[in-house]
Amino acid sequence: MAKQYKVVHCTINGKKVEQVVDVRASLTDMLRNDFRLTSVKKGCEVGECGACTVIINGEGFNSCIYLAVWAEGKEIWTLEGLTGPGGELSDIQQAFIDEGAIQCGFCTPGFIMTSWEIVNSGREYTDDELRKALSGHLCRCTGYENIFRAVKKTMLRHLGKFEEAEKVNSQGITEYPEPMPFK
Amino acid sequence: MYDIKALYEAESVQDAIRLLQEHPEAQVLAGGSDVLVQIREGRRAGVELVSIYMLDELRGVTIDEDENIRIGSLTSFSHITNDPIIQKYINVLGEAVDMVGGPQIRAIGTIGGNTCNGVTSADSASTLMAWDAIIEITGPEGVRRVPIRDFYIKAKVVDLRPAEIQTAILIPKESYDRCFGHYIKYSMRNALDIATTGCSVNVRLSEDRKTIERVRIGYGVAAPVPVRAYTAEEFLNGKEITDANIKEFAETVLNDINPRDSWRAGKALRRHISVVMAERALRESISLAGGVVNG
Repeated sequence: MAKQYKVVHCTINGKKVEQVVDVRASLTDMLRNDFRLTSVKKGCEVGECGACTVIINGEGFNSCIYLAVWAEGKEIWTLEGLTGPGGELSDIQQAFIDEGAIQCGFCTPGFIMTSWEIVNSGREYTDDELRKALSGHLCRCTGYENIFRAVKKTMLRHLGKFEEAEKVNSQGITEYPEPMPFK
Repeated sequence: MYDIKALYEAESVQDAIRLLQEHPEAQVLAGGSDVLVQIREGRRAGVELVSIYMLDELRGVTIDEDENIRIGSLTSFSHITNDPIIQKYINVLGEAVDMVGGPQIRAIGTIGGNTCNGVTSADSASTLMAWDAIIEITGPEGVRRVPIRDFYIKAKVVDLRPAEIQTAILIPKESYDRCFGHYIKYSMRNALDIATTGCSVNVRLSEDRKTIERVRIGYGVAAPVPVRAYTAEEFLNGKEITDANIKEFAETVLNDINPRDSWRAGKALRRHISVVMAERALRESISLAGGVVNG
C-alpha cells in the first residue's frame, strides 16, 4: 500500500497551523517531528505514563495514542505554549522549580500540562481529588510529594488563597509550620 | 508511527458503513485506547482501520422522545461523568467510568469502545448490565436494538454483524426511574488498573422505603462476559430490607456467577469478594435510595 498523507489544520499554542501528516503518525510524532515541540516526551507510547500529555480543547490527552489526523480543527497546548514572550516561566513551572518537583525531568512537561489544566479550572480540588487528577502520570524518580505540593500551592494562589498556599508543608498538608525551603 | 496498512476516515455513520463494506478486513477505530495500543504491541500490526473518532454526531447524552437516556457511543468517559443528565438519573454510571484507567485515558476512551471490545472487566459493563441497557446498532440494513445481555456473546465477541457499528447506548426509563445504584471496583491499584472484579447494584424501594421493590445486580470479571445475578435478584425482589435478607441476597449471587482463575486473582478470591461486594453495594444503594435496614 502506498504511503497515505493528509493535511491537518489546527491551532497549536495559540497559532493556526496547517501540516501534511502521514496517517500512521501519532500526535506525539507530529508535535515533535513537524513542530519541534520536544517537551512532548515519548515515554511508554501506550498511554500509561503520561509523559506525552498535551491539552486538546481544554482536556488532557495522551498524545501518543491520539492519531495526528484527529488534530483537525482542535486547539492544542504543549508546555512550550505556557511560557511568556521572552521565555519567562509560568507560575506552575516556577512552582515545580521552587518545590524541587523535578529530578530527571522526563515526566515534568506532562505533569505540568495536567497541573495547568487543574490550576486554571477555577476549582479548589481536595487533596484526594488532586491525587486522582494527577494519577495518569508516572514519575520514576518518585518525586510525587514535591509535585503534589507544587500543584496544590499554585492552585491555592490562583484562587487568591496566598496565606493558605504558604502553609502547605513538605507533606503537602496545610496548616503546619513550613520547613526549610528547597534550594 | 503506527504499523497501519491503511486508515479510512469516516465522515458520517453511513460513510463508516460503506467503508466497512468496502474493506471487510478493517477494524473500527473509536478512541483507540485499546486498538492503538494493540497495534503498538504488534497484536494488530498491519491492520486496516476505519476511524469513526471524528463523528461528533455520536457524542453526547440526551433524553429521547421515549424518555430513554441516550448516550452516543463515542461519548468519552470524562464527558459521561460530567454530564448533568447522567448525574441526575444514573450517577453510578458516571462514577463507574470515572474508575477506568487514568484521567487522560478517560478523556479518549469511549463507552462504545468499552462495550464493543467485549471484555468482561470493562468498568461500564456491569453497570450497563445492571440497568438493562439497550445497544443501538447501525448497519447496512438500518438500525436495530439489542438488549445488552444479548449483545455479549462470549469473551471478546459481541453481536456486531459485518459493516455494523454501535451508535448509541440507551437506558430505558423503566430502568432508571426512582432507581439508585452503586458500583464497586476491586483492583490492586486505585488508578491505571483493571478490575479484579466489579459489581454494580441498583434498587427501587417501595413508597415507605421498607421494601425492595426491585433490585438489579451486574458483575464484571465474574464470568467470561458481564453477567447479572438473576437468582439473587429474584430472591430479594419484594422482600423487606433486613440484615438477614441482605446477607442471603449476597450469598445467593454464587449461584449466578462463574469466575475464573487468572494471573490477576484466583477463582476463590473472586467468589469471596463477589459476595462481599454484593452486600456492600446493596447497602450503599439502599442508603442512596433513602432506605434503612430494619433489623
